[in-house]
Amino acid sequence: MATVRIPSPLRRYTNGQSKLECAGASIAELIENLEAQYPGVKSRLCDDNGQIKRYVNVFVNDEEIRTLQGSETPLSDKDEVSIIPAMAGGR
Amino acid sequence: MSYLTSDQLLAKLRKEIKEISVYELADQLDHGQNVALIDVREQNEWDQGHIKGAVHIPRGYLELQIETHVPQRDQPVAVLCAGGVRSLLGARDLQTMGYTNVVSVAGGFNGWKNAGYNFSVPRTLTAEQRQRYSRHTIMPELGEEGQLKLLDSKVLIIGAGGLGSPTAIYLAAAGVGTIGIVDFDVVDTSNLQRQIIHRLEDVDKPKVESAARAIAQLNPDVKVIGHRTQITSQNAFDIIGQYDIVINGSDNFPTRYLVNDACVILGKTLVDASIFRFEGQVTVFDTTQGGPCYRCLYPDPPPPGEVPSCAEGGVLGVLPGIVGSLQAVEAIKLILGEGDPLVGRLLLYDALTAEFREVKVRKNPDCPVCSDHPTVIELIDYQQFCGLPSLEAIPANGTGELIPA
Repeated sequence: MATVRIPSPLRRYTNGQSKLECAGASIAELIENLEAQYPGVKSRLCDDNGQIKRYVNVFVNDEEIRTLQGSETPLSDKDEVSIIPAMAGGR
Repeated sequence: MSYLTSDQLLAKLRKEIKEISVYELADQLDHGQNVALIDVREQNEWDQGHIKGAVHIPRGYLELQIETHVPQRDQPVAVLCAGGVRSLLGARDLQTMGYTNVVSVAGGFNGWKNAGYNFSVPRTLTAEQRQRYSRHTIMPELGEEGQLKLLDSKVLIIGAGGLGSPTAIYLAAAGVGTIGIVDFDVVDTSNLQRQIIHRLEDVDKPKVESAARAIAQLNPDVKVIGHRTQITSQNAFDIIGQYDIVINGSDNFPTRYLVNDACVILGKTLVDASIFRFEGQVTVFDTTQGGPCYRCLYPDPPPPGEVPSCAEGGVLGVLPGIVGSLQAVEAIKLILGEGDPLVGRLLLYDALTAEFREVKVRKNPDCPVCSDHPTVIELIDYQQFCGLPSLEAIPANGTGELIPA
């Protein structure tokens, strides 16, 4: 199972967990499995067509998935998936 | 016990150490030969003039500092003093340390000057500045030259808030000569939990005034320019154009896209960061060096209300202290030209897990702003771009404050 890093705004769906393990052979599968365990997560990551929202970045290890194979990017057990949303706060 | 007089010692050294004339030195320097010219005179002598390209190591520090400047023992080294005597002694010490290709410049700097060759008289720090910045100048990465670069630099900080407070304080302490601060707001009691540049007595005062007061009390070398205004598409070029580096500490998406686009168009380096609850992000956008920009990282803003602000979601008061300090470090590195800036890298800090991580930020070859074929070539309405009412649409009696994104 890949390790998934959950950003602060999504932790209310994951019982406050910032790091969890989740199965999935690809990013798309991983998101479905996340949704099954933590309902509500998918709608924060994906639009109505199931596409990952443009202001949400998903990294596999240190590469953003748009530079890989998008939501079809394959995952292995050693991979670390980071969900990194835009944040505006500074003050 | 046998002994040598100083004259006998020098005569002995002249036999053991090769001397070159100032003409030979000039010839070697002119022909770009790979010779390290080490000037071993004292600080006050160096300040009155020195040969361009020389490295200054006072003789008392020569053995201790030479390896930093000349790591290879077979690198050609020419030692220079005022008249060619101390350089002989210095050259002997370098030979003792195993430097195999050391010469002493006969006649020294005075000989060089008398031969009519060019030399530079450096701008120098005052005695007070030498004391204030001594922990900087002693480091080879800075030296007096680096400190002068800091004193000559102009940095703009967007927002005198959570991130802007530590950034402004550390840059001022470091001797960044001109610090501009853009902020339209006044200090509120709820700011004091994290905005450490302001104090209780500053509540209800303009933040730019409060910040300018704090900086003046810390370091009189720093000139503060307060821009008590909202940065907008109308004034962004005028404000940003006055500075070398921009540090983003704003609290909303329209300002982040505006500042990014203005920096790309003007060719300014942007040290960007944001914070939320226990997490921070820092990166450097430098499109002049082929790096990505904010839009490469976040092509589209989230719809209003989708991403909570610190006012809505909260932020640990210390967090901007860490993240803003990282921004200050990056700005100083950029000014000095030292180290590897966070270009193309997004540094993530999670205070709860006490972890720093890093991901890559790739340049988007179709970026509307920083690609080879930009579609955004002037500043747009960023309120509208972020799905918010235009500033013009806010009634005249409104506050003009940006609606939190």
